Amino acid sequence: MDDPLVIAGREFRSRLVMGTGGAANLAVLERALVASGTELTTVAMRRADAGGGTGVLELLRRLGIEALPNTAGCRTAAEAVLTARLAREALGTNWVKLEVHADERTLLPDPVELLDAAERLVDDGFVVLPYTSDDPVLARRLEDLGCATVMPLGSPIGTGLGIRNPHNIELIVARASVPVILDAGVGTASDAALAMELGCSAVLLATAVTRAQDPERMASAMRGAVEAGRLARLAGRIPQRFWAQASSPALDR
Amino acid sequence: MKAKVNGRVRELAEGATVATVVALLGTPPSGVAVALDGEVVPRAAWDSTAVPEGGAVEVLTAVQGG
Repeated sequence: MDDPLVIAGREFRSRLVMGTGGAANLAVLERALVASGTELTTVAMRRADAGGGTGVLELLRRLGIEALPNTAGCRTAAEAVLTARLAREALGTNWVKLEVHADERTLLPDPVELLDAAERLVDDGFVVLPYTSDDPVLARRLEDLGCATVMPLGSPIGTGLGIRNPHNIELIVARASVPVILDAGVGTASDAALAMELGCSAVLLATAVTRAQDPERMASAMRGAVEAGRLARLAGRIPQRFWAQASSPALDR
Repeated sequence: MKAKVNGRVRELAEGATVATVVALLGTPPSGVAVALDGEVVPRAAWDSTAVPEGGAVEVLTAVQGG
């Protein structure tokens, strides 16, 4: 079935966007990425002399996976805009996963700084994929600014708490005309399937795979879950009913 | 002269350029980007951009994350 994910005019066959954070080493990460079938994967920008986690760009290049730089760790719009511009220079891409975190404890998006940064980056010619809270109004505002996707959280980054407010995700999906990508909070395969059943166009996750006991196997599970959830969404589920409805004919008729 | 490189004050030779600073850090220059006082310095301008006294240089690269 030909059902590509389209972001800013680019087609992807996989609806699973991966992150690279949290993997024990590059070999483990490589096996997980291959098992996930992902075609688009995030990387972070850090000071070049801070060490740790380098070599990831070469890995992605070798696997034919597109690198999507993020602005994780930025606390203000100004920081995020500069980081995005540095990423564009370093990686040669104008795509950016925009993240502006309000504080270290929750890593929740700061909506005021996020909107400001999104506007400046769209004006500067970036394809902006913003990590946002599950607020339908904020999602709408980001889309109106010209963002290429909206990426609401299911729950805070790294918590594995799943989708805490499925109705909000449905509200965002119902009004959006750009792809909605569930970003953050996925703990296990059923969370990813639920996101797709709710109508999300894709799922972005890292921790649930990279910190699983067997990252490669979990990556495979996530791939299957995203595909199953997408198929179920397209197939159209039955309405939920209060009373039973027999699926076998009664004996005496 | 002194300048701040990735948050650390460093003693640099007079006339040091952005290219000098990148070489000083010993990182492979591919996949690296530089900002001087909050503005991106394109790679093509590294050799010709002098680091001023008290300037702040940030040298970033892509790492695992997200």
